[in-house]
Amino acid sequence: MFKIFKYSLSDLLRSSWSYFYLSFYLLLGFGLLFFNPDVSKSVITLMNVIVVFSSLIAVVFGIMYYYNSREFIELLLAQPIKRSDIFIGQYMAVSVSLSLSLLLGVGIPFLVYGVADADLIKKFLVLMAAGVFLNFIFVAVAYNIALYHENRIKGFSYAILFWLFMTLIYDGLFLVSLMTFKEYPLEKASLVATLFNPIDLSRILILLQLDISALMGYTGAIFKSFFGTTFGFLIAVSCLSLWVIVPVSNLRRKGNKKDF
Amino acid sequence: MLQTIAGILIFLVQLNLSAQNIRVCNDCEIKTLQAGIAYAQPGDTIWIEKGIYKEHEIVINKPLTLIGKDFPVIDGEMIGEIIRIESDSVTIDGLFIKNVGTSYTSDFAAIRIKRSKHFLIQNIKLETLFFGIYLEKSDNGIVRNNYIKGNAKVEYQSGNGIHLWHCKNVQVLNNKIYNVRDGIYFEFVYNSLVQGNVSKHNLRYGLHFMFSNDDEYKGNFFEDNGAGVAVMFSKNIKIENNTFKKNKGAASYGLLLKEINDATILNNIFQENTIGTYLEGCNRITYANNNLLQNGWALKMMGACFENKFIHNNFIGNTFDVSYSGGNTSDNRFDYNYWSEYTGYDLDKDGIGDVPFRPVKLFSYITTKVPESIILIRSSFVDLVNFSEKVSPVFTPEHVFDSFPSMNKF
Repeated sequence: MFKIFKYSLSDLLRSSWSYFYLSFYLLLGFGLLFFNPDVSKSVITLMNVIVVFSSLIAVVFGIMYYYNSREFIELLLAQPIKRSDIFIGQYMAVSVSLSLSLLLGVGIPFLVYGVADADLIKKFLVLMAAGVFLNFIFVAVAYNIALYHENRIKGFSYAILFWLFMTLIYDGLFLVSLMTFKEYPLEKASLVATLFNPIDLSRILILLQLDISALMGYTGAIFKSFFGTTFGFLIAVSCLSLWVIVPVSNLRRKGNKKDF
Repeated sequence: MLQTIAGILIFLVQLNLSAQNIRVCNDCEIKTLQAGIAYAQPGDTIWIEKGIYKEHEIVINKPLTLIGKDFPVIDGEMIGEIIRIESDSVTIDGLFIKNVGTSYTSDFAAIRIKRSKHFLIQNIKLETLFFGIYLEKSDNGIVRNNYIKGNAKVEYQSGNGIHLWHCKNVQVLNNKIYNVRDGIYFEFVYNSLVQGNVSKHNLRYGLHFMFSNDDEYKGNFFEDNGAGVAVMFSKNIKIENNTFKKNKGAASYGLLLKEINDATILNNIFQENTIGTYLEGCNRITYANNNLLQNGWALKMMGACFENKFIHNNFIGNTFDVSYSGGNTSDNRFDYNYWSEYTGYDLDKDGIGDVPFRPVKLFSYITTKVPESIILIRSSFVDLVNFSEKVSPVFTPEHVFDSFPSMNKF
């Protein structure tokens, strides 16, 4: 598995896409910090970009990479290599290369501008961790979709639809159901609903690191008292981990059974 | 007739001449304040030398001036009230008073002024207190330059820094108040001035007043108070040049206005509060030239607010600029404000945006209806609905808009 991972990663790192993606983050990071030296505010802007944009890139890039390397996969399958190693190795390579772009692209500007304050480092780390989690989650889902659909157009549409569902439609349904059941106590329900959506979950985790959380009044305080504690944080992180583990294990299962 | 006048004059001269200075110190003839007060004649001045005086229930029942040298310590030993003034024209200056007793049945204070006039309380340091300076049915006095530092932990076991009840023409100037229950508390106080005070880290309110008309609050600084500043049921008040900062929490307000009529609120700064200004049942308020920066809700208007004017304010970087509920109260006016969220244009370059600004976002309308929906803040979906609502308002109140949004900060 490690060998496949290594080859795929070096292949990805040589591709111009990775550099393009990296330079996008570098530009964004430097640009943000240049125009807005208040690091705390830059974190908010970055949050929007990372949560929405990097998950989109992850899902699109993941599915593209699978379809493009289909012949390579078939070639590998002819060799005496364990099937799950091939898929997991490739999956890891894509996720790691995307995460590297994110970490370097955003990390370097922040280091250059000096994130010395311990408090800021914490915020920054949560931001990066959320970004890396989202990369792993969305690439895993993309690989799942790709394995189920031979038709590239269909696979691509499903991947985009999944992303759209998580960023927009889920929140829409969430909001509508909150409005519908507004007569009932909804704090717990909305907490649970957040746990099912990795994008919402990372957004909340990052927001709680910022001062803004204190400004959200009574209900904001309730959410803070859940996610702000170590227990809540652990729950959130384990939910994000589940979002990685479940698709990856399915990837393994499906990869072993799939007829090429 | 002449004789009487001459008699009075002579009496006055004698009175004046007879005004004497009394020294109180640990190794003087007079060792306690109580003894000094008992010995003194009306109009005398008592000088208190540096030292520690373990006394409580000091009653001042004649016009006296008490002056401490280098802050002599009056230690109440946590027993009860420390100084009670029951006479007109009393001055207290430069004492360090500590250890006021705690009681659940009577409000023990470091200094209580009871039914007196023309008092002056200045340069007092207070520590470990229940109530600090307590004015009760007292008029025409000044409380200034005092430093009050409490150690309030829970509301029911703590008192207020400066507490006024049924007073007129009192000036509360340049006091510094920390860690008590309510920094400054007014109830039935008229024609008074609160200026240059600093009230921070208090358990409940930085400033709290009720049923107090014709008062002015100028240049005060309120920061990190449990519930911010709350003013209720008052008329004709002026709130100017104050700073309300970092009052964060579930029930925390920069400035809470309830049933306030005919007030002017000018040149204040509201920064990083959960709710900058909250209005409920307020009428004819002029709210102008204020800076509202980085608040959760800059302005939250609830029901029964009529004929209020919001002019020339800066709304910068607030999560919600205006949240509005309470039906079709259409006569509140927002004009000529600067909104950092404004995205309109100014073709004729007159500094006024050509498109009206609607400060109530759909999401702020939704969070008023369903508070739990706040968990979706900054979600892309919310940005989307806000945008579509901005383009064609359906839910947000149609009459709440700024027809002349300023393009530049004031």
